[in-house]
Amino acid sequence: MISDVILFAVLALLAIVSAVSMLFSRNAVYSALFLIINFGTIAVFYLLLGAPFLSMAQVTVYAGAIMVLFLFVIMLLGAEQLRQRQLLWWQQPAAILMGVILLVEAGYLILNRGPGEDYLLAFESLVSDYGGPSAVGALLFNDYLLPFEITSVLLLVAMIGAIVLTKEEKSQSKK
Amino acid sequence: MPVTYYVILSAILFTLGAVGVLIRRNAIVIFMSVELMLNAANLAFVAFSQLYGTLNGQVFVFFVVTVAAAEVAVGLALIVAIFRTKHSINVDEISSLKN
Repeated sequence: MISDVILFAVLALLAIVSAVSMLFSRNAVYSALFLIINFGTIAVFYLLLGAPFLSMAQVTVYAGAIMVLFLFVIMLLGAEQLRQRQLLWWQQPAAILMGVILLVEAGYLILNRGPGEDYLLAFESLVSDYGGPSAVGALLFNDYLLPFEITSVLLLVAMIGAIVLTKEEKSQSKK
Repeated sequence: MPVTYYVILSAILFTLGAVGVLIRRNAIVIFMSVELMLNAANLAFVAFSQLYGTLNGQVFVFFVVTVAAAEVAVGLALIVAIFRTKHSINVDEISSLKN
């Protein structure tokens, strides 16, 4: 039990430190790499929470495909150098103040009206295949079939949209 | 382990993502902060899914990851298209509709 809490505390600290480093790093490539670390810690959290399929999906899709796409675009556009030109001088302090207010409000609500002393179920009381691909797949293809099919259409639309948006104009390219 | 720990961690990460959207000027880093917010919500989903012993929360996270992937594809295509005309991705410089 106490090892669970220690492991959680170390991973939570790593997640928060990597998120803060992502926010305050000058170079966009460093921000992307810190975000990959953050996604890795979230994947380990999924393992702690009995979601092995989601953990591997997170590493493969989020850290392995989405962040690689981000890095490609950052290097394509040459966006490493960040020119932090603030048009409104009060924007950064106001944003941090509002973030603190949001955090205080969320903390109050979670501690007073939240789940309370509900403990996560121990692994012994869950079904043996909990969180595995076959169990998630059984639910996905039986109860959630319609959202699954709609998601496939969404991915097709996103792919077509991305290709159309980045297509060069034919009229100015040859002459 | 009480589920409250996970929910508080999710709230902290979400707030960090929201502050990141507000204070950064690079469009790609703003996009990455949105992904951080989505991941914070996913963490809360999976924690509650184990609280009740069902898998519905995990299936929802599956859909959130898929929709986030589609959104990233289109959003980055938009940023590349904007960069072609404005030659900048600082959101302060591309905030007007005139070119």
